[in-house]
Amino acid sequence: MSEPSDEGASRDGYGKALLRLADDPRVVVLEADLGKSTKSCHFREQFPERTVSMGIAEQNMMLVAAGMASSGKIPFAGTFAIFTERAFEQVRNGIARPGLQVHICGSHGGIHTGSDGSSAQTVEDLAIYRSIPKMTVIHPCDDLSAEELTFQLLDLEGPSYMRTARNKVSRMYDEESKLDLRIGTGSVLKEGNDVAIISCGVMVELAREAASSLSEEGIECTVVDMHTIKPLDKDLLARLSEQCGCFVSAEDHSVIGGLGGAVAEWLSSNNPIPLEMVGVKDRFGESGGTSELMVEIGLTSEAICEAVRKCVDRKNAA
Amino acid sequence: MGDGVEDRVDELEEMARLCRIDIVKMTNAAGAGHPGGSLSAIDCMVALYGTSLRFDTNNPNWEDRDRFIMSKGHASPAMYAILHQMGVLEEQDLLGFRTLGSVCQGHVDMNWTKGVDFSAGSLGMGLSFGLGCALSARMDSSERSIWVMLGDGETQEGQVWEAAMAANFHNATNLRVIVDRNRIQNDDFMEFQMEIGDIGEKFASFGWDVREVDGHDMPALVEVFRWADSSDEGPIAIIANTTKGKGVSFMEDNPSFHGKAPDNEELSIALEELS
Repeated sequence: MSEPSDEGASRDGYGKALLRLADDPRVVVLEADLGKSTKSCHFREQFPERTVSMGIAEQNMMLVAAGMASSGKIPFAGTFAIFTERAFEQVRNGIARPGLQVHICGSHGGIHTGSDGSSAQTVEDLAIYRSIPKMTVIHPCDDLSAEELTFQLLDLEGPSYMRTARNKVSRMYDEESKLDLRIGTGSVLKEGNDVAIISCGVMVELAREAASSLSEEGIECTVVDMHTIKPLDKDLLARLSEQCGCFVSAEDHSVIGGLGGAVAEWLSSNNPIPLEMVGVKDRFGESGGTSELMVEIGLTSEAICEAVRKCVDRKNAA
Repeated sequence: MGDGVEDRVDELEEMARLCRIDIVKMTNAAGAGHPGGSLSAIDCMVALYGTSLRFDTNNPNWEDRDRFIMSKGHASPAMYAILHQMGVLEEQDLLGFRTLGSVCQGHVDMNWTKGVDFSAGSLGMGLSFGLGCALSARMDSSERSIWVMLGDGETQEGQVWEAAMAANFHNATNLRVIVDRNRIQNDDFMEFQMEIGDIGEKFASFGWDVREVDGHDMPALVEVFRWADSSDEGPIAIIANTTKGKGVSFMEDNPSFHGKAPDNEELSIALEELS
């Protein structure tokens, strides 16, 4: 495990949580030749008899996990986020439809993944898994929240998909504050009355940075870590839509169908206030260093600031 | 065979006849469904449920039961017919096949029907699911066996071979496959759609222990399941050579009855032939 630091990658938190989950004898781990990347390798080292190597065969892995869940196990099946999509129909028909408690982890999601390029940079996983009935969809922002939310999956009935990220980001939580996290409840990191930035994953750090600089301009932001995309915390959206009157969504994911899409769906039916979306604008990524790529794709704190200014103007013009 | 199994063959053949009647009746009542592949698979299923499978009709969800994974889920009428003949389902349940709210869904579904171990309908997934059940049984030090029924056309799905590879790698000796080798798939004969060749040889090349059997020869089926039960080797694949639509003359070897129900006139002829 990583040394104590101010930074952490959510995939490390996943790996750490699996070790804590091992106390429950029902927990088993499935790998598809990427255990060193997803960080399930630490579980394998300590519990080889409860770790199943499926080789490079994700479709098989999903249904083996389903069969194990039907036999009383609680499987955690992990690979790259993009390769879970190869088995989309297996997840839909083989896991979610019968409502089996299989927890899928897709690591290395999003543009933030970096130089591996567009084949690995999943920008549609949150959208497609959100569309499956019974699925819980989670995208934590740092290692400590990933660890806590993964640990809570043990008591979740039904299947889940969690996207973790490859690279380290600043921690939004500490060992104490992570304990307040709950699957399905958005976490308010900062309160302000002018706009609410609803963010997830690696964009939470950038949302907080944007809020700090906007405060100097006199714009006070609420910042939400909406780690659970589904079920969406509608109570929180209702409260913040009244309090702030406009929203900005921020995600390392397509603006189509992900967190921004989910927020837009809720707003349009309940409280149609202005919404601006920061995300990937219907395009694929490319190779590059993470920071230069994030600028190229438009996933920066400055992009969030611009979206906030535009959104507040729209609110004030209404 | 010995052990009085000869006496049971008559009983099993009678059960298979009654199952065939159920299959044509329920597909006729629904005006839809897949009689051809149900009629080809039913003798194997009767022999398995009648002699080998550890299954408690009074407690179909008994945790330590053997599992039967109907991967070719469109042959649901065969599954429902067996469960009817074993007293788990009522005739009324069968006649509701494919209607709103029925326990007899179009494709077998573990959440809707007692005694069904897998939710199928998308081909190629059942062997993987069975492998998951088999690995779990071994982790639990359970003696339970896992049986998976595959269609021969279904083996065109690549996932079947991912599972075949993994089952051997993980030494899943408690996993057994029956391939219903009826040589017909949805659109036509396999030889015109995608002939896969010697399926047994392919399983053998993945390290499986393979037997071939006449899938309508009840004594031979009882024998091969007895052999499987006594084997410590595996995983085991049984290639059952069958005739699509077996038992109803106009459905036999007829691709058009893969996914078409008999109309009332056809039902009368079928029932007469099965009487």
